[in-house]
Amino acid sequence: MVKARERLQRYSLVGPEGERAVEAGLADGTDWFRSDVPRRRMKELMRRSDGPAIRDTVIWLGAMAVFGTLGAVFWGSWLAVPFFAAYGVLYGSASDSRWHECGHGTAFKSRRLDDAVYQLACFMVMRNPTVSRWSHTRHHTDTLILGRDPEIQVMRPARLAKLLANFFGLVDVPVALRDTVLHAFGRLTAEQRTYVPDIERAKVFRTARIWLAIYAAVIAACVLTGSILPAMFVGLPRVYGGYMLYVYGLTQHAGMGENVLDHRLNTRTVHMNRVHRFLYWNMNYHVEHHMFPMIPYHRLPELHEEIKDQLAPAYPSLWAAYKEIIPAVLRQLKDPTYYVRRELPPGAPPLHARSDGRALAQ
Amino acid sequence: MSTWIAACQTDDIDPEDVIPFQHEGVGYAIYRSPEDDFYATAGHCTHERMLLCDGLVMDNTIECPKHNGRFDYTTGRADGAPVLVDLPTYPVRVEDGTVFIGIG
Repeated sequence: MVKARERLQRYSLVGPEGERAVEAGLADGTDWFRSDVPRRRMKELMRRSDGPAIRDTVIWLGAMAVFGTLGAVFWGSWLAVPFFAAYGVLYGSASDSRWHECGHGTAFKSRRLDDAVYQLACFMVMRNPTVSRWSHTRHHTDTLILGRDPEIQVMRPARLAKLLANFFGLVDVPVALRDTVLHAFGRLTAEQRTYVPDIERAKVFRTARIWLAIYAAVIAACVLTGSILPAMFVGLPRVYGGYMLYVYGLTQHAGMGENVLDHRLNTRTVHMNRVHRFLYWNMNYHVEHHMFPMIPYHRLPELHEEIKDQLAPAYPSLWAAYKEIIPAVLRQLKDPTYYVRRELPPGAPPLHARSDGRALAQ
Repeated sequence: MSTWIAACQTDDIDPEDVIPFQHEGVGYAIYRSPEDDFYATAGHCTHERMLLCDGLVMDNTIECPKHNGRFDYTTGRADGAPVLVDLPTYPVRVEDGTVFIGIG
C-alpha cells in the first residue's frame, strides 16, 4: 500500500512528479478528447454575446444590493441572518463561477465587461486575478495530472480536515490573505513561480497592494463604527457564504482518475436546478467545458445535448454525485489507488489507446 | 524574397473563419475576415502549441481553443495572458480564386 504522505508529495508542483509527467507525455496538453461536432454548429455554439451575462450580472449584483440593504436595515436582530446568508452566498460562492467564466473570456462578448466582472469576482473569491488566471490555464492543460495541476482540490488520500474546514473558509481564506501579503511584498510562492511568467508578476504585486488597501479601509471602518457590519459586506462573506463554492466545486473532479487525458473520465457533469445553475453559471456541465473551453456558459446545455451520447452518463443531481463522491473519498483514505472508473457508452469513440480510461499512474 | 504557395481556394473558407494548411511539415492557419480579406499566420498558438484552426474567429481576432488566448490575426499581435508572444504572420495574395501565402 502506498504511504499517504509519500503519495501526497506527488501533488507538489516543485517535486519530481511534474517532470515525470512531462517525460511520460501526460503534460503536453495538445491532445485531449473532443467530440466530433460539425464546424458550423461549433461556431454557432462558440459565438459570443453580451445579453445573457449582462442579464445575469444585473440579477446577481442587484440581488446582493437588495439582500445587503435589508441585512443592514435589520442589523442587530435575527432578521438580518437570512439576508446576510443570501448576500454571503452571492458574494462568496457565486463569485467563483463568475471568476471562472470571465477568466476564460467567454461570458461576455465585450472584453471590457469580461475583465471588469473578472476583477470584481477575483476580489470577492479572494484569488489574485493574474495568479489564478495562470493556475487555471495550467489546470486546463494538465487536468488532474500529478505534479502539474495546481487546482486539485481532493487529493488521494484527501486532506479531510482541510476540506471540511474550507466549507467555513477556514483554510483557503487565511491562505489567500497570506498570499496577498506575500504578493504585496513582491514575492510568489514556490509553486506559483512554476506557472506565473516573469512578465506577469508586476501585475500580481500591484493587485495585492490595492487589495490590502481595501481590506485596511474595511478594518478601519469596523474600528471607527465599532461594528463588524462593514466587514459583513466586504471580506467576511467569503467566509460565511463560501460553502456553496465547495458544494459545487467538489463535484468537478473529486474521486476521479488522475493522469487520465480524456476529460470524460476524470470530470463530472451534474444536472442541477435553475437556482444552482444561476449561482454556478452552468459550470455543472464540466465535461463539456473541459472538452470545449470556448463555449460560453449559456450555450453549454445545448452542447451537452449535442454530445451526450459520447459521454459517460451525467449525474442526475447533486445528491447523486455526492452518493458517489463521499464513499469514494472515504475509501481513498485507506486505499489511495482507488478511483471512480467512468464507463463510456457503447460506441463512444476513445481518445486513443494510451488513455483508454484507466489511470496511467497510481 | 517570399515563395508563394497555393494554400486553398477562397471558397474553402467561410467568412469569419479559419482553416489549417500544411506545407513541408509546417502548419499554417488561413483566415477569411468578415470583410472577405484573407490572412495567414502560424498554425499553432504561441502559448502551448494548440491548433488555431479549431479556434473562434471574431472580427480580426482568433481565439485559441484550449486556453482562450487571443491574437489579432491581421498583425499577429498577442492580446494578453495567456498569450504573451506574438503570432508569426505571412503575406497573402489572392489570384483567380486561389489563396497564396508567402513563405520564406
